[in-house]
Formats: sequence, structure tokens, C-alpha cells
Amino acid sequence: MSVTRERPPIVEEPGSDPFVASSRRRRAIGDRIFSSTALAAGLTILIALAAVFIFLISQGARGFHADPEVYQPAANNFFSYAAKLLFGTALSSLLAMIIAVPFAIGLALFISHYAPRRIAVPVAYVIDILAAVPSVIYGLWGARTLAPASHGLQTWLNAHLGWIPLFGGQISATGRTMLIAAIVLAIMVLPISTAICREVFQRTPKLLEEAALGLGATRWEMIRYAVFPHARSGMVAGMMLGLGRALGETMAVAMVLSASPQVTFKLLTSDNPATIASNIAANYQAEDVRIQTVLIATGLVLFVFTFLVNFVARAIVARSERRFA
Amino acid sequence: MAQAIEVSDLDIYYGDFLAVQGVSMAIRPRSVTAFIGPSGCGKSTFLRTLNRMHEVIPGAKVRGTVTIGGQDIYASAVDPVAVRRKIGMVFQRPNPFPTMSIYDNVLAGARLNSRRLSRSEADTIVERSLSGANLWNEVKDRLGKPGMGLSGGQQQRLCIARAIAVSPEVLLMDEPCSALDPISTSAIEDLIHELKKDYTIVIVTHNMQQAARVSDETGFFNLKAAGEPGHLVEFDATEQMFTKPSLPETEAYISGRFG
Repeated sequence: MSVTRERPPIVEEPGSDPFVASSRRRRAIGDRIFSSTALAAGLTILIALAAVFIFLISQGARGFHADPEVYQPAANNFFSYAAKLLFGTALSSLLAMIIAVPFAIGLALFISHYAPRRIAVPVAYVIDILAAVPSVIYGLWGARTLAPASHGLQTWLNAHLGWIPLFGGQISATGRTMLIAAIVLAIMVLPISTAICREVFQRTPKLLEEAALGLGATRWEMIRYAVFPHARSGMVAGMMLGLGRALGETMAVAMVLSASPQVTFKLLTSDNPATIASNIAANYQAEDVRIQTVLIATGLVLFVFTFLVNFVARAIVARSERRFA
Repeated sequence: MAQAIEVSDLDIYYGDFLAVQGVSMAIRPRSVTAFIGPSGCGKSTFLRTLNRMHEVIPGAKVRGTVTIGGQDIYASAVDPVAVRRKIGMVFQRPNPFPTMSIYDNVLAGARLNSRRLSRSEADTIVERSLSGANLWNEVKDRLGKPGMGLSGGQQQRLCIARAIAVSPEVLLMDEPCSALDPISTSAIEDLIHELKKDYTIVIVTHNMQQAARVSDETGFFNLKAAGEPGHLVEFDATEQMFTKPSLPETEAYISGRFG
């Protein structure tokens, strides 16, 4: 104690009061620079979003009622054309999420609560690297390697579970099916969803984990009592980001599937529903300007759909949070 | 029910770092034992070895023996989870589960222990535990409300109710009043007096008046020097400790002439 009382003398700058005048002015300037930078960044995002929206409307508006032959052979008017594409988009993304979510949560828990540090850190690193692989590579791999390699599995599913409509029908010879597209999408979704889940799992207050452990909870019980309730909204956010990636994914789907706008739940056949994004990628070089306009209009549909999905998910989270507030 | 605790020659390590050295003591059943000492002297660490909670930190291990009711809790066949189910713990800051109602918070431990509880059994446990924690009258009309809606002192009593809901053999309290105001503190101290009839209570406190008020026996922990392991300096009846301690070091700490 006696040691700490002997502080070194405070060195004062000559001719100025160090605490009032200069430092306050300096802090005020720093504050102003920071707050205006933050404001500018926020506004830029909003302006960019608005610009995209205006572009889609102004360029795509005529696509809503183009001549019927533009939508042929898939449909006769825009709404059935867009609805079929939206179906393909929703189906592939939904399947991808069904596959990815259990893996993402399991992996994140493994990294945050189960694996010893010296394993958890490299595993987390490898999963982060997955996010950096360009989607063209996933597309190539899905079409060239995974599709032929999984032909046996698809034949087996068709033979034994063919009575479920999902796995019925005439199975594709190339293996390039909706199921493979969904698996590729799931792998692409995994890194971002895992990273966010891991982050929120790791931030569970020690206090709550100890509350559960102190009652004699096993590790899994502790996770159910303390980690999941705390992480719920973060988990939804992670899934939403993953879903956003799946909904908008273009190249991987375009490369795996040879698809056209249609509605079918058969996952193993060579008749596959196209997604909005992959349909744009496959056709945007069409010489017919009317087709390009229609594609932009479908882009608007995707934009609004993604927006709605996010909005609904956040509303659900907000409601469940409010119940416990 | 309430059990005696015997500790002999316990060393506590975090990895290679010896945190607490050579603690031996005997704690009587149905008594309150307080640990006092400066920050960082290892009293909380030692408390946590009594239900193996220190093992939450990777690399933590002990040498020596701790027996509770004659059973060595560090025997190789003993599961730390089973130890914690029989020894309740109350923490420095109230930590009810934020997404659970008051009712479910009380039952959290009981639901871990026995898979199925009938509605009437559950109701009985909730009323008994909340009454035992002197909280029943304040919350009986809002059992379905979230536990986080209570005041800090009520939350801490809720945590005590949660701990006693499983009828533990021992109740460990790690500075249970350090986040509470004086009125809530006094409510908790009254509660400790009552709980003593049924439980063996071990409490860590920074507040020496509190140790003097609530405990039957007191242990004083200290560090020999900075960087040295903590150790038990003196352990005796509380009255003895606060009136005529046998060591000058204890005397110096208790009378505030420390450090």
C-alpha cells in the first residue's frame, strides 16, 4: 500500500491548463469527425439500396406485361413465369437450409463448447476458409465431381424411398439434380451460419453457464438451459444470412442444374426448376431486349422476396424476445 | 441431508500454477462456515473445489482429499456432475435463467435430477423452496412471470430457492450479497440463519461484519506474498476469531491494520 502512494509528479505543459481547454476541444473535433463518418456510411448504404430498387423498377417495369411469347415456353404471363422461378428459388434454398442448419449449429457448438482449444481454433479457421471459396468453384465441383459421385446414392434413394414423391420419378443419368444443387448450396451457407452461431454461443454469459453447471447440469443440459436461450436471436440472424446467400446464389446453381421455370417436387429427375438468379445468369445475354427486361423484373421479385423473408424472421425474433423482456 | 465436510492437505492448481496450498479443515453439518481474506487469496477458488466447479476452467486440478458425508468427491469413479447435484451453489451475482419464469427457475435443478415431475409434485417443490428462501409471499401471485423481473435481492433469493429445491447436502455461497443493497443483504443473512437448521452452509464474504454476524466458524485465507499461493491462515470458532485470534496476522486483518 505504501508503495502506491508515491506517485510520480504530474508533468504539466507550460502555459496551458491540460484538462479544460485543449483536450476538450480536441475531443469535440474527434467526436464530430467520427459521428459524421458514421452518418455518411449509414446514408450511403440506404442510398445504394434505394438506387438498386429504383433501377429494378425503372428497367424492369415493362417486363411485367411483355408479349406472351417472351415468357414461352414456361408460361404465358409474367406472374406465372415469376411464380415458377420463385418456387425454384424457395425450394432449393429451403432444402439447403434443412441440410445446413443442423450442421451449422452442431459445428458451432463443437467449436465453442466441446472441442479443446487446440482443435477448435483450426476447425473454425478451416470453416472460415470455406466462405472464401468462389461460388464458381463450388459449381464446378458440384457438377463435375459431386453429381457423378452421388449417382449411386441417388439411385438408392429412388429405389428404396421412391414412394416418397420427393425421391420418385425417372432419375437423372448425369446426377445433376435439385438434390445436388441443394447440397452444394448447403455447403456454401455453412461457413457464415456457423461463424455467427459460434460467435453468439461463445458470448453466453459465464454467469448463466455456471448457474446451470452449479445445479448439476451435464454439458448438453447446460447448453439447453443457458446457451440456446441466450443465443436464439443470434442463431436466427446467422440462418438469415445463410438463407440470403442461398436465395441469391447464381453460379453454383446455374452450373449444377440444367433447369427451366417449372414447379416440381421431384428432386432426382433431370427436369429441374430454375431459380431466379440462375435463370438470369443463363439468359441475360439474350439478344431480345424484352427478355432482358423480364429478367430485371424477376430480379425485382427476388429483391422483394429476400426483403420479406428477412423482415418476417426479424419480426419473429423480436416477438419472442419481447415475451421475456 | 446436511453433511460434514473434511478437507485434508488440499493443493489447487491451474495448469502448473499452484493457486492454493495445503488447506485442511473440518466443517460441521448444520453450521455456517465463513471464509474471509483479501482479494486473490484463493477463498473463492477453494469454495469451488467443494463442488468441483473449479473444473469448469480447463487445466484446473487438485491434490489432496475432500470428503463430504464420508465420501471422497475426487475419487476416480465420481462424476463431477453428480457431485454438483448434491451440493447447491449460489453465486456472486444473481443469475436466474432469463428466459424462464419464476416457477421454472425454481424447478430447473429438480428437472435435471428427476425426469418426470407431476404437476402437484412440482407445485409442492416450488412452494416449499420459495418459502424456504423467504420469497413465497412476494412472488406467489406472479409465478409465471420472468425471474428477471424481480429486484436484485429477490433474484438472489430466487437463486437460493433454486439451489435448495433439490434438497442438497451442502449449500455453497460465493459472496452472495456483494451485488445487493443493505436491506436485501440483511434479508439474505436472516435466511442463512434459518437455512442452517437443515443445511451445511459455506459462505465466502468480503464483509467481515457479515462473517461475524452469520457464521459459527471462520477461516482466514491469505497470500504469503504476491505471486505465492494462497493458504489457510487460521480456522476457528467465529467468536474466537473476532475477539482473540491466535495469530497476529489474523488480528491485523480483522482489525483493519492489514497490508
